[in-house]
Amino acid sequence: MYGFEAMTFNIHGGYLEAIVRGHRSGLLTAADYNNLCQCETLDDIKMHLSATEYGPYLQNEPSPLHTTTIVEKCTLKLVDEYKHMLCQATEPLSTFLEYITYGHMIDNVVLIVTGTLHERDVQELLEKCHPLGMFDSIATLAVAQNMRELYRLVLVDTPLAPYFSERITSEDLDDMNIEIMRNTLYKAYLEDFYQFCQKLGGATSEIMSDLLAFEADRRAVNITINSIGTELTRDDRKKLYSNFGLLYPYGHEELAVCEDIDQVRAVMEKYPPYQSIFAKMSYGESQMLDKAFYEEEVKRLCLAFEQQFHYGVFFAYMRLREQEIRNLMWISECVAQNQKSRVHDSVVFIF
Amino acid sequence: MVGASSSWSRALVQISPYTFSAIGIAIAIGVSVLGAAWGIYITGSSLIGAAIKAPRITSKNLISVIFCEAVAIYGVIVAIILQTKLESVPASNIYAAESLRAGYAIFASGIIVGFANLVCGLCVGIIGSSCALSDAQNSSLFVKILVIEIFGSALGLFGVIVGIIMSAQATWPATT
Repeated sequence: MYGFEAMTFNIHGGYLEAIVRGHRSGLLTAADYNNLCQCETLDDIKMHLSATEYGPYLQNEPSPLHTTTIVEKCTLKLVDEYKHMLCQATEPLSTFLEYITYGHMIDNVVLIVTGTLHERDVQELLEKCHPLGMFDSIATLAVAQNMRELYRLVLVDTPLAPYFSERITSEDLDDMNIEIMRNTLYKAYLEDFYQFCQKLGGATSEIMSDLLAFEADRRAVNITINSIGTELTRDDRKKLYSNFGLLYPYGHEELAVCEDIDQVRAVMEKYPPYQSIFAKMSYGESQMLDKAFYEEEVKRLCLAFEQQFHYGVFFAYMRLREQEIRNLMWISECVAQNQKSRVHDSVVFIF
Repeated sequence: MVGASSSWSRALVQISPYTFSAIGIAIAIGVSVLGAAWGIYITGSSLIGAAIKAPRITSKNLISVIFCEAVAIYGVIVAIILQTKLESVPASNIYAAESLRAGYAIFASGIIVGFANLVCGLCVGIIGSSCALSDAQNSSLFVKILVIEIFGSALGLFGVIVGIIMSAQATWPATT
């Protein structure tokens, strides 16, 4: 019953909700980012980060630091926190937490398959995979030659199995098909997650519906923009859009026929929440679109913390942490390559 | 009331007033403790989790737990008062109008106190949980949210006051 979660939520979820809110208070603030942006070398960054919660993870790193090491250790912190929460959680929170990682699983699968296609070494690829999306038989992915084998050999035992529908053909894997496969899997994953949240009901379903709808719409716009000028037909493009969200179904009809970015902008400006995003960009410019979407996402994720007694805070925290790691990666890269003027191009402040 | 020999009203007045009194006393203490326990676990689980990152909040936020506990104490006090109101009357007087009145008064008093304390305990518990989480993020919020809790705990007091006034009505017929 919506509105009465306060009476029973704390039986199973109270402790973990308090823990995740504690983690949220450890996210880097604008003052921290200002300090980091002033750094000259990666060692300065390490010194500033050791005063934050990342301290224990970075302090034992030897001195010639690489940006990948910083990112890896920060991700390790996120993984530790996630695993701690997952082992304390009961149903349905544990299923909810697992759903959050399926996106990373899909990305890892695509990474390994693409890498194998380009004849990279499996071990090297495994190191690049996101730790939250690892599963046991992931290394076997390198053996598969086409999608059916991929499914039969490896994916049928993973949580991604239901996302492989009959539409996955036995075509050979090449770059185009892999991207289509990634987007099809992600579409099925988002729809599944959405249905799961609807079943949970209450404040969780309301808050997660909004967050997932934004994700679905953002992916629709990105798919459209990335497929302009490629051989992807309009019908194929439409099949990759999710069946929920603000843009469903009329926005999808219009996006499917777009041939350039100005047409996409014309479609999106009809929807008030997205009008402000597209208004920030002048005509013909699409580099800032990513950052504008990230800013909007961060704004919505922070709003999820305003309400108590729902699971949306866990999803919001994971996403905010990932955004913070993206910020740290961008800052480290700018500092390492001596391009400090471009630092503010892509850093999204959370607080 | 005159009526057929089997009617609901007749069934009700044939139930002994002592049954009603005993149930009233049981509800007074039982449901109050239910409310207090409910409130304590709601506050306690949030408090424990939040105190991991912000250990300073533990001592102050025990006040929320104490407010919930007070609700159980109200229930105990009223139950003790109610049981002192119980008197034996001779068998011929058990179904006299005055005995019935006394039985119903104790029953009503028990329900009043029990359910007022149930919702009071719930209210204070939920506010206490939010108080602990807010205090962990920003310590200036604690005192303000405490004021809300104080208003919430007044609800239990209203129940106790009315319950005690009701129980003063519980005068059994004099034994002659």
